[in-house]
Amino acid sequence: MADPRTIDIKDQPGFRSIAILCLCVLYVPILILMIFSFNTGSLVTHWEGVGFGWYGSALLNEEFHRAAQNTLIISTSATIISTIVATLAAIGMTRVKPWRGLPAAFMVINLPLMVPEIITAVATLSFFALIAGAFGLNFGIGNLILAHTVFCIPFAYMPIRARLEDMDLTLEAAAADLYATPWHAFRRITLPLLVPGIMSGAALAFIVSFDDFTITQLVAGPGQTTLPLYIWNQIRRPMTPEINAISTILLLVSILFVSVSFLIARRRAK
Amino acid sequence: MSITLSKAAMFEAQAEKATSWRNRLLALPALVIIGIFGVLPLLIIFVYSFLQAAPYGGVQWKFSTDAYLNFLFQRDIFDDTLQFTPDFLIIYLRSFLYAVVTTVICLLLGFPTAYFMATRPPAQRNWWVLLITIPFWSNLLVRTLAIMFIIRDEGLINNALMGLGLIEKPITMLYTNFAIQLGLLYSFLPFMILPLYSSLEKLDFRLVEAANDLYATRRQVLWRVIIPLSLPGIIAGCLLVFIPALGAYVTPLILGGGIHLMIGDLIAQQFGSGRNWPLGCAQALILMAAVLVALYFYVRNTSGKIQHG
Repeated sequence: MADPRTIDIKDQPGFRSIAILCLCVLYVPILILMIFSFNTGSLVTHWEGVGFGWYGSALLNEEFHRAAQNTLIISTSATIISTIVATLAAIGMTRVKPWRGLPAAFMVINLPLMVPEIITAVATLSFFALIAGAFGLNFGIGNLILAHTVFCIPFAYMPIRARLEDMDLTLEAAAADLYATPWHAFRRITLPLLVPGIMSGAALAFIVSFDDFTITQLVAGPGQTTLPLYIWNQIRRPMTPEINAISTILLLVSILFVSVSFLIARRRAK
Repeated sequence: MSITLSKAAMFEAQAEKATSWRNRLLALPALVIIGIFGVLPLLIIFVYSFLQAAPYGGVQWKFSTDAYLNFLFQRDIFDDTLQFTPDFLIIYLRSFLYAVVTTVICLLLGFPTAYFMATRPPAQRNWWVLLITIPFWSNLLVRTLAIMFIIRDEGLINNALMGLGLIEKPITMLYTNFAIQLGLLYSFLPFMILPLYSSLEKLDFRLVEAANDLYATRRQVLWRVIIPLSLPGIIAGCLLVFIPALGAYVTPLILGGGIHLMIGDLIAQQFGSGRNWPLGCAQALILMAAVLVALYFYVRNTSGKIQHG
């Protein structure tokens, strides 16, 4: 795709260098962190040799197992619940005649995105403390699943809604004309077309839940350590490259899910 | 014939109305979940902020405005008078300053980047978007940790400088204001680039050509055509950086080391070692008020423009 003209009138001087600078700024620290996870020495910053030893000691670590297990339980549950309710909400808010409560409903769905995380964190903590004190209710790890579901909903909602809005409405109308019941039309026409949106939404919900630190740290009870909390506990001890290894695993999970979500969305655009 | 037609139309309208109503109910589960576990907790901290602190964390159900008074004043132990103590206010103003500086620098770096991305051929553009999207969604704690490794006393920068013999002892960067500022910039740069890009991507570049044909210089095209047209994206990007930067928690926690606080750690502290939940709630609500002011300006500035296209 070489441009025959050497100077494009759209180009602005210096913008290319700034773009490349930004890319370096964003990636160099992450790459350094990843590279040091393969260090054989026991210092986080002093290089001794290439090895996978720290991955081994991370993966054999009992605490790491428990944290990984908690994380998976919480993120999977929050992803499933939030994706289901977000799909329903997206249909309920696009396939309707506009009504007065719609903007308010939209605001409620997006609320978790507008409130700074630390406020959500202390509010959720206060809420669970209150229901534990007043009614003796404590859902254990369910507390975290509920807290995560709340902020996962808008992330799952966005791609699903975008997909519904892009969809060709004449297909649904055609199904209705051919005497399909609304349920049939949904099941056979809308849902299959919606699947990429749902997958993309679920992937985003999973990442935000998997990576959450702030809300989890304040809401988590004893024994509810997740992977980000595990990393935080490690930071406060003398650090070994094991922390780099675990961080790298977390980054790779994020990269995997972002790429999946991104590729699904790209295919839609074609 | 005409009667049956109109009847059919009526039935159809009724059926449509019924579906529309039923569809509205589909939004209910999501709204109920966010309502109970998202909105209700915010109301609870509003109530809590007017209660008294219990000695071991939590609240006592006695009305009190102490939390808000304590935000600005401290009661003298001897004569019970209120004395103005600006400690919290200073942390709020400092956080505001951090957030403003972060927003401005992110904009200065992010705008050229987003513009450069938007002017690439489509295939290249996708790669750029993916490359910026990955850090956007990557674990903030891990990314902050990556910065920490680089700027520590025995970190990469100091090791390199000492290795080259430029300095004799490490320059202290970690646990300084500089560290927090750097961390915020690093954390939120993708939050600026992506909304800017989605706005610039839709820009009609024929307008740039037209301006060029009319003998506008590159600089004039930038300031008189491109920037005004991408203003909604600029405002959205600034807000997406400013709000999380103002309420940042992870960045100052790790890079400030508990010495240099921002609003986020201050609030969390009241729920931990501070054991003053009402004060923490009041501080959270004051932060929320600042965010609402920012959002209000955003809505007021964009609602008109979105309708025009």
